[in-house]
Amino acid sequence: MADYIGGTVNERLARNVYEVDEGNSHIEVNQEIARRTGTGKLLVRVCPAHVYSEEPDGTISVEYAACLECGTCLAVAAPGALKWHYPEGAMGIMYREG
Amino acid sequence: MSDDNYDFDVIVIGGGVAGSVSAYLLARAGHEVLLIERGVEPGTKNLSGGVFYCRVMQQIFPDFLAVAPIERRITRNALSFLNPTSFVNVDYWDARLADPVNAVTVLRAKFDPWLAEQCEAAGVTVMPGVKVDALITEGDQYVGVRAGEDELRCRVIVAADGANSFISQNAGIRDPEPTHNLAVGVKSVIRLGEDEVRNRFNLTGDEGVAYAVVGDCTQSVAGGGFLYTNRDSVSIGVVLRLDDLAAKGRTSSDVHDHFLSHPAIKPFLEGGELMEYGCHLVAEGGQKMQHDLVRGGLVVIGDAAGFTLNTGFTVRGMDLAAGSAQAAATAIDKALRSGDLSEAGLQEYVKQYEASFVGKDMATYAKAPEFLETPEMYGQIGELLADVLHGVYNLDLTPRKRLLPTAMAALKKSKLTIRRLIRIGLRAVRAL
Repeated sequence: MADYIGGTVNERLARNVYEVDEGNSHIEVNQEIARRTGTGKLLVRVCPAHVYSEEPDGTISVEYAACLECGTCLAVAAPGALKWHYPEGAMGIMYREG
Repeated sequence: MSDDNYDFDVIVIGGGVAGSVSAYLLARAGHEVLLIERGVEPGTKNLSGGVFYCRVMQQIFPDFLAVAPIERRITRNALSFLNPTSFVNVDYWDARLADPVNAVTVLRAKFDPWLAEQCEAAGVTVMPGVKVDALITEGDQYVGVRAGEDELRCRVIVAADGANSFISQNAGIRDPEPTHNLAVGVKSVIRLGEDEVRNRFNLTGDEGVAYAVVGDCTQSVAGGGFLYTNRDSVSIGVVLRLDDLAAKGRTSSDVHDHFLSHPAIKPFLEGGELMEYGCHLVAEGGQKMQHDLVRGGLVVIGDAAGFTLNTGFTVRGMDLAAGSAQAAATAIDKALRSGDLSEAGLQEYVKQYEASFVGKDMATYAKAPEFLETPEMYGQIGELLADVLHGVYNLDLTPRKRLLPTAMAALKKSKLTIRRLIRIGLRAVRAL
């Protein structure tokens, strides 16, 4: 992969500035609905920040600290599969370019 | 409501282009305005993927071009069809686009703080780092906002909270948008240095270029690629319609990486350094998204109201945000003066934007989103163009054919039929 791409998505995000709201996730997956509706696998694909990943047992784990707050996940999620809101004020991603 | 029952005349939610412009104009008109922004500083949550058609800003800030943090003046526009092994461009430079200036590039984390400064100078109270959780109602009237434990009362609320439009959705005013009206933009800002930007893109001084790309950049997902020059960096990325991204089984970051790695794109970027990787939701539905924008004491503007336009050639949002903010400010000023802050009183906002370039352009391009659903736009059209040109330029010692038979041979090879091509052409003419 070309150097200017900046490596894996995780490596790229490491260059961004975040104010992480420790212990206070703004994302909650309903595992049962996510599995039944296929939302889980969809979240893994659509999120540009790779916040969602699928564990070997099929559950979806969430790295909320990496979230870029676009809202794509919520827009594609089946009803009830995902609780997602913006982080608290002054928390989360801090773009320096935009 | 008695006069001392509110803290501000107007509370604006969201310190992007729409929110800041409306706050600025209302403060200039003499009203007490509070601008609430959830980011620690305006701009820290904002990200754009297109150029700023800035005539409207010059109207609002007469010295805009001299004082605003602008990256480059866009004088060259390229419409590009990208195929796996070819790249067909309509590349248009025109000195007339430099004088008067028509479009600029901006980096929002630098631009939005400047806008907020203009607001403060005009008397707006700017309150960053605060997220509005809910609206406060009294009967049919919206009368304030709640942020954590705090309640702030006002006479009019402006919801300028961006494409997710949670303020209106949580209040039950607007339904969640269907995925075919939404797209995700995934973008990298890559630093090359000022001289390299000029050299690689054939630019002079502070002139810049913007590419609108369709085809292999999105790997057949409906949407497109963009690339534009900043002062010493380029902003490059893809916009992917959510329904089609879901249907095609693609991964958004992989599509972004595929575009940036394309052999026709790579030479622009090589040796550059990634400054920032980001993403943002984009409203793609056009005019049909402009519904339920007014309630008693509340108006919805900018991205939150779906004021974005993709015509294939131009991708617009920030100018429409500013224009809708102008319309809202005019209407709210009138309503505050007359005292009629009801839904009927604030309907003036709709009249104002419908009469302005905002409403007119949304109407003109109302069919553009439908046209952009034409699947051939994301592959076959660009390949056909390249095949015709290949027939023209590939002098392989076989006897030449005239252009028309060359084109017909390319068409025959393609999966497209003349009938289908004519249909697409007619739809394009009607929609764009």
